[in-house]
This record gives sequence, structure tokens and C-alpha cells, in this order.
Amino acid sequence: MISPVPIHLMSISLVLADAMDWSPVRISLETSVTATLITLAIGLAAAAWRERRRGPAAALVDGIFLLPLVLPPTVVGFLLLLLFGRNGPFGQLLLKLGTTVVFSWPATVIAAAVVSFPLMYLTARAALEQVDSRFLEAARTLGASEWRVFREIALPLAWPGVLAGTILSFARALGEFGATLMLAGNIPGRTATIPIAIYFAVESDDMTRAFAWCAVDVAISLVLLAGLYHWTRAQGRARWMRR
Amino acid sequence: MSLQVQIAKQLPNFGLDVSFTAGETPLGILGPSGAGKTMLLRCIAGLEQPDRGRIELNGRVLLDTAGRVRVPARERRIGLLFQHYALFPNRTVAENVAFGLHNLPDDEKMRKLAALLDQTHARGFESRYPRELSGGEQQRVALARALSIEPEALLLDEPLSALDTHLRSQVEAQLQETFGVYRRPTLLVTHNIEEAYRLGEQLLVLARGRVAAFGAKGEIFRHPPSLEVAQLTGCKNFSRARAISDHLVDALDWGCQLRVAQTLARPAAHVGIRAHHIDFAEPSSAPAAGSNNDNIFPCWLARSSETPFRITLYLQLHRPPGESGEYHLQAEVFKEKWERFRDTPQPWRVRLAPDSLLLLPD
Repeated sequence: MISPVPIHLMSISLVLADAMDWSPVRISLETSVTATLITLAIGLAAAAWRERRRGPAAALVDGIFLLPLVLPPTVVGFLLLLLFGRNGPFGQLLLKLGTTVVFSWPATVIAAAVVSFPLMYLTARAALEQVDSRFLEAARTLGASEWRVFREIALPLAWPGVLAGTILSFARALGEFGATLMLAGNIPGRTATIPIAIYFAVESDDMTRAFAWCAVDVAISLVLLAGLYHWTRAQGRARWMRR
Repeated sequence: MSLQVQIAKQLPNFGLDVSFTAGETPLGILGPSGAGKTMLLRCIAGLEQPDRGRIELNGRVLLDTAGRVRVPARERRIGLLFQHYALFPNRTVAENVAFGLHNLPDDEKMRKLAALLDQTHARGFESRYPRELSGGEQQRVALARALSIEPEALLLDEPLSALDTHLRSQVEAQLQETFGVYRRPTLLVTHNIEEAYRLGEQLLVLARGRVAAFGAKGEIFRHPPSLEVAQLTGCKNFSRARAISDHLVDALDWGCQLRVAQTLARPAAHVGIRAHHIDFAEPSSAPAAGSNNDNIFPCWLARSSETPFRITLYLQLHRPPGESGEYHLQAEVFKEKWERFRDTPQPWRVRLAPDSLLLLPD
């Protein structure tokens, strides 16, 4: 059983100060940033693709895309383990290339990206759908290719929504626990992210360390929110938004 | 230079089925809201796909459903001016216009941008954003942008409807100036009769997706081919009619016989007269000789409505109006003329001149 431990700010700072091992912060940030970049690219592409499709096939694809949002992370993690494990289709493929991802750093990225993907996809799609189609049509009559229409008209106009999706995805990636544990395990210095470090600290009754990691997580989240706040305000003042 | 259009497309409430050819003079497309005017322009620009048909611009086939040709909008080189202009809100005026000059080298781009802004009188606010412009300025920028691709045809969707009244005549003059320079197939969609007449040389009247009339504007206004076209070109007074002889019809709803100038090629189903063609035989003037005495009837005023310079009189023929406010004719006269007979005792004598009467087959 976990016994309540008196927590003093002093002891937290001591832990942080002599926590030789800052690796969970580094791993968490590296994982979240990488996962968010991948999610941004794939989520945008998927949203742009989906915006032009109608019908049952597109609805089915929607269902698959949104599955990680409704499934428990452990289920997602288990399914990923089946796909990327030694006997899974992706695992077999990677084995042929002489590598494996399970219980390695890339596994944390895969887990975080898959779990945060639906948030990016949904917000990006909503943002793109909000763009007045007359702007896109005007661009087409002016000779612009579909890629140029997307890059120069649709994306800039949808940008505030896409950015919101990016931040949601980053937050979700930062907090990912269940799927990461299933696919990447807890290897200190390689796959142990902050949430996993917290879990194992609590499990080994090291409440001070758990609190310390929680404090770090809160700090990162606050910085993120503050950055978002200032960025949106700056956007609000900028350029065509003014007046 | 010509644009040949022949398309059909099923819409939720009716079918659009239109064919016409436009030359170098502006073609006004007149029709009520929901007649398919905007859809027609969108089909020509390539933003909508007709179910079947063929579009040819200066010998270039843009659409041929039989031959499976569908040139995408970006390759049609057709300038489209949207009803609310659709200027890119995240780009400045210069960036909006330059969007169509994408493929040019920088110095050439600057030169053309300046020329376009000069041509459309849009100089001086290049670095502003669309929401910082007035409606008239937005319109000029949108026109400059539409012309930037050197379009082979120009389509304008209600170009003046988003403007305040006092701006319209000014913008209209600029449009006319542009048309004068441009000399390429130009289609101008509007639901405003006077706009269509002033800006178009040719006129196409669209009603529920079909061409109700197509030809020289003067001819269509003088001799509308049907009741529908007469209504759509602003005629307010109609009566069912039955031919009595070659130059005489019985106006059933107006309860009178009318001498007509046109010979009846086909049996007229309706007779109509435009509100401003209704004349009044002034009591002071002596009864004139000859045909001027044709079609004069006693009438009573049922009610009236004023605009700054003109007055609309709602008239009941043959007898004083009842309580229900019904009327036979609505006449529009200048107030100066109205002042001359407003105080004379009723009945007044209304004159429906034979050469003003429209004979309308079904």
C-alpha cells in the first residue's frame, strides 16, 4: 500500500536538484514534439482528403480515424502491439529491414501519435470546412492548382483552427500513458516518459519523486497554455484580423 | 471571339436547360432570384458540372459531355466576379490581384499589377486588406483580380447588388468603360431590369432554368415574346385577351375592347401595358383628331404611392373603386404631369395607346 508521505517543497527541490535523471522530461518533450509534427502532417493530409469525399467509404475511414479517441488507451496499445510485434504485419516488415520498434523510443512516438491523431484530424477538418468555399473557387478560376489553393488559401484561412488542433494534440501526446506503456514499456532513459515515471515512482512508494514529476508536468502545461494565450492574442491583433 | 453555351443540369427544384451564343458585346442575363442565373455562370466557369452539354470559347472546347471533355476551372481562363467579390481576406489588395499573376517574373508582375489597378481605378490602397475597403473599392479590386488572368470571357454575378445606391451609377460607368476596352464575351447576371438594360447589349431572360427570351434588348422590351418575359422585364398591367378582329381585342379582365397596332400573328392570350406608357387625356386639351381617340376609358383613383419624382396611380376602370382596394391598372407618371390633373374631378380619362399595348401569346 501507498503510505502518505510528508511532502516539503524542500525535499522536492532536493529531488529535482539531485535527480541526476532528467531523462523523463527530455523523453516526454522529444516524444510529444515528434508525435505532434507527424500528427500535424498526416492529420492535415487526411482532413484535406476527407473534405472532398462523401459517401459510405469516407464514413468508414472516419470511423477508423476516430477509433483511438474512443478506445481505452490500453486497447490502442494492445492493438499496436499486435501490429508492431514480432508476428504483426508491421513488425514482420521492420524485422526484414533489420529493426524493431517495440520497447524502443520510436514506440513512444507511435503510441503518442496514434492516440493524438483524432484530435488533430477532427479540429483540422472542422477548420477547413469553415473556410468559405467561394475563396477556394475564386482561386481556382484564377488558375491556381489544387495544391496552391490548399497551401495559399485554405490552410492560411484555417490556420487558427489547425493551430488549436496542434496544441490539443501536443497536450494529448504529453499526457499519453496507457498505449505508451503497452508498446514502449518503462525503460528508464529510453522510453520512460513523465507519466510513466510518475506511475512507477508512486508504485515504488517514492511520493516525493512523483510530486516532483507532477510539478514539472504542471509547469510544462502552464507554459504551453501561456504561450497559446499570447500567440492567439497576437494573431487577433495581427493583419487581417484587425478592425 | 465567341462563347457558345449549351448545357443542362438537374437542380433540386427545376432543370437548368440553356443554350445561347455570346459575342463581343455584353450579354445581360436577367431573371428572378432562383432562376438559375448564378448556377449558369458557375457551370461556364467550371465550378459546377452540368449533367450534359457543350461549352466552347473561341474555338476551345471547355466542356463536351458526349466527348468526355471537362476542362477544370483553373484552365478555362474565364474571369468570374463573385456576387460578394470573394476577395481573399488574408491577402492585401496587391496580393489579391497578384494571385492571378503567379507565373510571371517579378518585374513583369509588378508592371501588370500596376496596369490592372490603373485600369480599374483601384490605385492607392494596394497594401490594405479587403475588410478595410468600401464596397465600391472591393468591387474594383475584384474586377482587377478577375482581369489579371487575361480571361477570354468575363462573367459578372450581380456586380452591383452589394453596393449602396449612390455608388451604383459610378461603378456602373466604370464597368461600362471596362467593357468598352475589353471586347470579349461578357456575361452579366442581374435581377435588376434597369441594370440589365443599361449594361447589356444583348439580353437573355432566364425563368426557372429556361431561356424565356434572347436577343437585342430593345426588341425584347418592345415586343416581349410571352407573358412571363413581359413580367420579368417589368410590365405591371395584364389582362386576359381574346381577338375580335385583326386590330381589335377584347380585354376580359379590364372589361373593354382595345384597338391594337400590331397585327395578330398568333392569337394573343394576354394584353399588357407598361405602367409608364399609360397616358391621361387631359381635360383641358381638346379631343384630338384621328387615332388619338382610341382606347380612352373613364377611370377612378383607388390609391397611389409616391417616389421622389414619380407617382404610381392604381386605377379602377369604368366605375368608382369599391372597399376592397382592387384596381385594374397601375400607372406611373411624373409628378409635374400629375400636378396638372390631380385636382380635376374624377373620372379621369385614361388612354391605352395602341402602339404601347403588348400582345402576349401563351
